[in-house]
Amino acid sequence: MASMSKADIGRFLARQGILIAFAVFIIGFTLANERFLSPDNVMGVVRSSAILGVMALGVTFVVISGNLDLSVGSMMSFSTIVVLDLHDKIGPALAIPAMFAMTLCLGAFIGFLVGYLKLNSLIVTLGMLSAIHGLTLTYSGGQNMDIVDKEGTWFAVFGQGSALGIPVPILIFILLAALLGIILAKTPFGRKVYAVGGNGTAATFSGIKRARVVFLCYVMSAFCVAVAGLIQASRSMGSQNTVGQGLELDVLAAVILGGASLLGGSGTIFKTVIGVLILGFIQNGLLLIGLQFYVQYVVTWVIIILAVWLDIAAKRGKLWSNIA
Amino acid sequence: MTDQTPALRLEGIVKTFPGVRALDGVSLSVMPGEVHALMGENGAGKSTLMKVLGGIHQPDEGQIIVEEVPTVMTSPLQAKSKGIVFIHQELSLAEELSVAENIYLGELPRRSFGRVDWATLYARTDAILEKLKVGFNAKTIVGDLSIANQQMVEIARALTVEAKAVIFDEPTASLTDAEKVVLFDVISDLQSQGVGIIYISHRMEEIFKITDRISVLRDGSYRGTLETRNTNEEEVTQLMIGRALDLSRNASSHELGDVALEVRGLSCGNMFKDVSFEVRRGEVLGFYGLVGAGRTEIAETLFGLRDPNAGTILLDGEEVRISSPADAISKGISLVPEDRKGQGLVLGMNCRDNMTLPQVGDLSSGPFVAPGTETDIFDKYKEKLDIRTPGWKQTVGNLSGGNQQKIVIAKWLSMHPKVLIVDEPTRGIDVGSKSEIHNLIRELAAQGYAVIVVSSEMPEVLHVSDRIVAMFSGRVMRTFTSEEVTEESLIQAISGITATDKVA
Repeated sequence: MASMSKADIGRFLARQGILIAFAVFIIGFTLANERFLSPDNVMGVVRSSAILGVMALGVTFVVISGNLDLSVGSMMSFSTIVVLDLHDKIGPALAIPAMFAMTLCLGAFIGFLVGYLKLNSLIVTLGMLSAIHGLTLTYSGGQNMDIVDKEGTWFAVFGQGSALGIPVPILIFILLAALLGIILAKTPFGRKVYAVGGNGTAATFSGIKRARVVFLCYVMSAFCVAVAGLIQASRSMGSQNTVGQGLELDVLAAVILGGASLLGGSGTIFKTVIGVLILGFIQNGLLLIGLQFYVQYVVTWVIIILAVWLDIAAKRGKLWSNIA
Repeated sequence: MTDQTPALRLEGIVKTFPGVRALDGVSLSVMPGEVHALMGENGAGKSTLMKVLGGIHQPDEGQIIVEEVPTVMTSPLQAKSKGIVFIHQELSLAEELSVAENIYLGELPRRSFGRVDWATLYARTDAILEKLKVGFNAKTIVGDLSIANQQMVEIARALTVEAKAVIFDEPTASLTDAEKVVLFDVISDLQSQGVGIIYISHRMEEIFKITDRISVLRDGSYRGTLETRNTNEEEVTQLMIGRALDLSRNASSHELGDVALEVRGLSCGNMFKDVSFEVRRGEVLGFYGLVGAGRTEIAETLFGLRDPNAGTILLDGEEVRISSPADAISKGISLVPEDRKGQGLVLGMNCRDNMTLPQVGDLSSGPFVAPGTETDIFDKYKEKLDIRTPGWKQTVGNLSGGNQQKIVIAKWLSMHPKVLIVDEPTRGIDVGSKSEIHNLIRELAAQGYAVIVVSSEMPEVLHVSDRIVAMFSGRVMRTFTSEEVTEESLIQAISGITATDKVA
């Protein structure tokens, strides 16, 4: 450390910037409100981050493959509304697989457009954000959905149950993170996702079927959305049509905070989990120190922009660019 | 020349990066009207020196002196204002804009209310273009120009200021022989106007044709300056790498095997027409021709990247259709592409994963990748091809060009292809690694691989090939054996001059 030059220190700060900023936040929040680090509050944060976290796991695949997915918020509303509606019509045992099938179809459609037709993922998923929202409203006729007999069903277990003293949503998040983490890090498919995002042309020249890899990333993202919708529906047993609105940005924020590059080719499931927790704790901390809920929107995005800046600064070794 | 003051002088430049002394007291002076070659292997410090000169890096010690005035460079733009202009190997043009707009980008002539003075802009641009004797005008859209002509636009841009020194960085990397002649004319014009020129290149032939003096860097330090007319390739090479380079002809002494690949009457749009050839096991078949002659397109068709509209491809005597790269690979055809960084490698990935990328699915045990097997493959080919890297975890982007190319070659060798196609095997690679890659190609043939080498460098094609297919404008003009080929007959063939033309 003694031989560290000024440039080295700058680079270290830039690289660890987000963790340092996070530490400062934690200390600040703890001083402001002693409840912040209490076991109850920590558990509460993790629990409320689970839905966002599950969605972020899928989006991590999409982002590493070099694409974006802005449709996950409205897709989650769709899953939630569909499963709640079908619950009373065909019972939970059939409603859940039916909802998964419909959500996966949406993911496959996006994957087809972005992967096989090679349309720009920003445009496609931005369009789908709106289209799926319309689909949800059409499906529900604009009505909120409620499960009528809330006591007489086992459906609440996904959102409200707990096993081994751990709430089920957290368990699902952990298990899914472990599963997807292994797929990304340990399987040939995971390797191909990195290759396609890192350099799609080189991946093609290595015989990788790029379109199929991108397609599968969107299907995985949709699968995660379906899981998130299930937890959401089960937790509230009733829902508005707009329950997932805006979540796509929080999800993207968590993935970027974790350190995945929007250019593709880098990021891990573990980093995304860290990103989800950072985001969750910061938003919770802001509420605990008594700021209005709406302030979150501002603060969250200031943090994201800061994170992106530090990421770029770390890559070029200084904060400012020479090129005017 | 000795009584003049240098146009540009670098004195005792030292630059260190964490852990590396990139430049160790390098000095260099360029006289007005002199073409001064700067040579050295990749990593010798040439680019760092140029970045110091362009103000991208600040030197730790030493100074830059422009016409006897010590000058601090802060950016390439500021360097340009001092009369130091760079022409980069990688072009930085706005493809959607016209030639004139590109040349005067950022300093467009104005009329009142900030309107662009188009008349003046076009007139000034055409005046410069006339000097360069190019076949396009100020209003041409840059994206419609060939790479060579785009480079001319870069040069034209340099000529808008009163240049004292112009630095050419590998300017001929993507030029054909005919286009090089035009470039050299431009350089000699600049020279006669008293501009000092630093010419960075790996190509000996050019260096000896156009330069007055040659300065050599090795491992970040200055190794000496030679008068071009009093030295020779061996002496320069020895200064650069400390050993001599072998570029003799090299026909196979071993027996050739069966025909591995045969192509009959293959056509693809207006890229190439009615192309036929065969390559045997143990043979190196060279493809030589001008840029745009269809060489790379043939390679891409064989690799499933283009659909042919006529003709047949026979692999081991059986007719095959190749629908995609994945299909080509499964049939045993591999391609080392011409653009190593853009097409050959995932630069952010480590060495091992790049090497095993095409077979990562086949190597898996159950649903998982098999890192142990992958590392074994990496270690085997690291040793076999003498790939210099600290270990498999090293990011490929950090390796030198030669070692990167070896990774791409190893990627395919480890899958034992029937036919290995190598497009521009040594583009942008330093002299030392170049001869290693050449030897490697010869060795592969000796081991029984059928190898196709596509190259735009004549010495290279002559050196590695058993037979050479000469192409002109999408057609095969002639196929030479290594005994009968001469440089002259090869140049005539690729320029479209056939034997019958000469008789007539």
